Amino acid sequence: MRAVIRAERLRKTFDSLVAVDNIDFEVNEGECFGFLGPNGAGKTTTMRMICCTSPVTKGMLEVLGMNVTENPREIKALIGVAPQENNLDPDFSVLKNLTTYARYFDMPRQIAQDRAKGLLDFMHLKEKADVLIPDLSGGMKRRLIIARALMNEPRILILDEPTTGLDPQARHVIWDKIRELKSKGVTVLITTHYMDEAEQLCDRLVIMERGKILVEGDPKRLIDEIIGMGVIEIANPSKELELYLEVRGLASERVNDRVYIYTHDVDTVNRDIMSNFSITFSAMRKATLEDVFLKLTGRGLRD
Amino acid sequence: MDVFLTTWKTNFLPPFLEPLLYLVAMGLGFGVLIGQVVYEGQFIDYIKFLAPGLIAISIMNSAFFECTYGSYVRMHYQKTFDAIIATPLSIEDVITGEILWGATKSLINSLIVLAVVIVAGLASFPGLIVIPFIAFLTGLMFASLAMIFTAIIPNIDSFNYPFFLLITPMFLFGGTFFPLSVLPSWGQTTALLLPLTHTTNLIRDLSFNMLLPVDLIGLLYVALLTVITFFVSVHLMKKRLIK
Repeated sequence: MRAVIRAERLRKTFDSLVAVDNIDFEVNEGECFGFLGPNGAGKTTTMRMICCTSPVTKGMLEVLGMNVTENPREIKALIGVAPQENNLDPDFSVLKNLTTYARYFDMPRQIAQDRAKGLLDFMHLKEKADVLIPDLSGGMKRRLIIARALMNEPRILILDEPTTGLDPQARHVIWDKIRELKSKGVTVLITTHYMDEAEQLCDRLVIMERGKILVEGDPKRLIDEIIGMGVIEIANPSKELELYLEVRGLASERVNDRVYIYTHDVDTVNRDIMSNFSITFSAMRKATLEDVFLKLTGRGLRD
Repeated sequence: MDVFLTTWKTNFLPPFLEPLLYLVAMGLGFGVLIGQVVYEGQFIDYIKFLAPGLIAISIMNSAFFECTYGSYVRMHYQKTFDAIIATPLSIEDVITGEILWGATKSLINSLIVLAVVIVAGLASFPGLIVIPFIAFLTGLMFASLAMIFTAIIPNIDSFNYPFFLLITPMFLFGGTFFPLSVLPSWGQTTALLLPLTHTTNLIRDLSFNMLLPVDLIGLLYVALLTVITFFVSVHLMKKRLIK
């Protein structure tokens, strides 16, 4: 597999703040690659450096074989960017937003018109072609922003929190579209706070914190390696139970009034605990990426 | 490529009625009281003296308004600049486009005022043919100057400062409503530091077909200030937006 994005010892500082701290990663052609991390972890900064809109402080960053510092125009012509913020032009209709954007790529009018119509169809916005932006719902705006990012038929699609604030129906439509694009060979780069989204979409991902990459890998493997198969959640654990967990050498974590037990053998462990202790509340579930995320980045708030 | 940027902004209704009201109120109304003024040794009807000043004011206001409030709204509220720099265009292209657009608005609005002035017989050939070029050139100057403020203000309310401290004094003392020769010499010198004074002089002398040596200095002033403010504004905008 060929790497379409390569970062080596990539660093970004704002005055005294180190936003991205000497990170290395590679994104392969055709995969969906995720950046996860709490607020302020450095994921959006990394994305912005890839998009050539934020200068690299130090290190090497190559997109499609070109250096971001030397060839920003060439790189930007080949990538599609769907930002987190809605920056559609409120004065234009849905269709005009796409065709105007196309002009910045020096695209001939007829081609732009055809592509815009095709993309509105693809994103289920065909009937809305002549509607003004303020009259669209949140989900429609997101879909339009993604359609806009696809106007130049990019080789890499960059999505910054594509489904934040959307209802479940709208999220699933966007997920379907991302998968469809991936099957057409588009490399997709995504940042998200939703672990289920990352688990659903990403072939590989990194979890970042304080400018560094904590882990990298495919989500299922990460869950398996870091958490195990399943999680048992128990409310108000007694001292004896905690001691028992320690003696048995079970991986566990105490959070306020709950204890989380991470294990490959949920059934057996749960049966043992149930027969030995009186438990008011317990739940068994499959381990998720959220467990990995919280275990690695901690539970403290990031304001 | 930058020309494309201009098409992004299509929704405006130029406030071109204002200079026309001035022409009627000040020129016809006030002019009766004043009669004639002395300009460069010649007696001239007040309304004829005033007309070029109104063209200059419309140039200044159009570009300055567009590249302060207009650009700030696109930059800060609509995030249009962010959207454009995600495409092959750079921030320099965007700012250049904004400034060209500001100058274009100066040209459009001043052409409307010029048309009224011509119909009223207040300007004469062949000098007036050059006025649109001067309008665009000085439009670039005011647009670049405005862009500097757009790059440094913390919020949209702060535009009150350049408007009250720069635009209003220029509007009143830029050789627009009375000949500068009535001012004491320090006042005349101060007025010559203002961009609008040179704009007004150039347009007035062109409408009267009397090119003076001071106009060459004026032209040089405009060219120099445009270049300086352009580069300063692009630099400050990069500093504000590229992080």
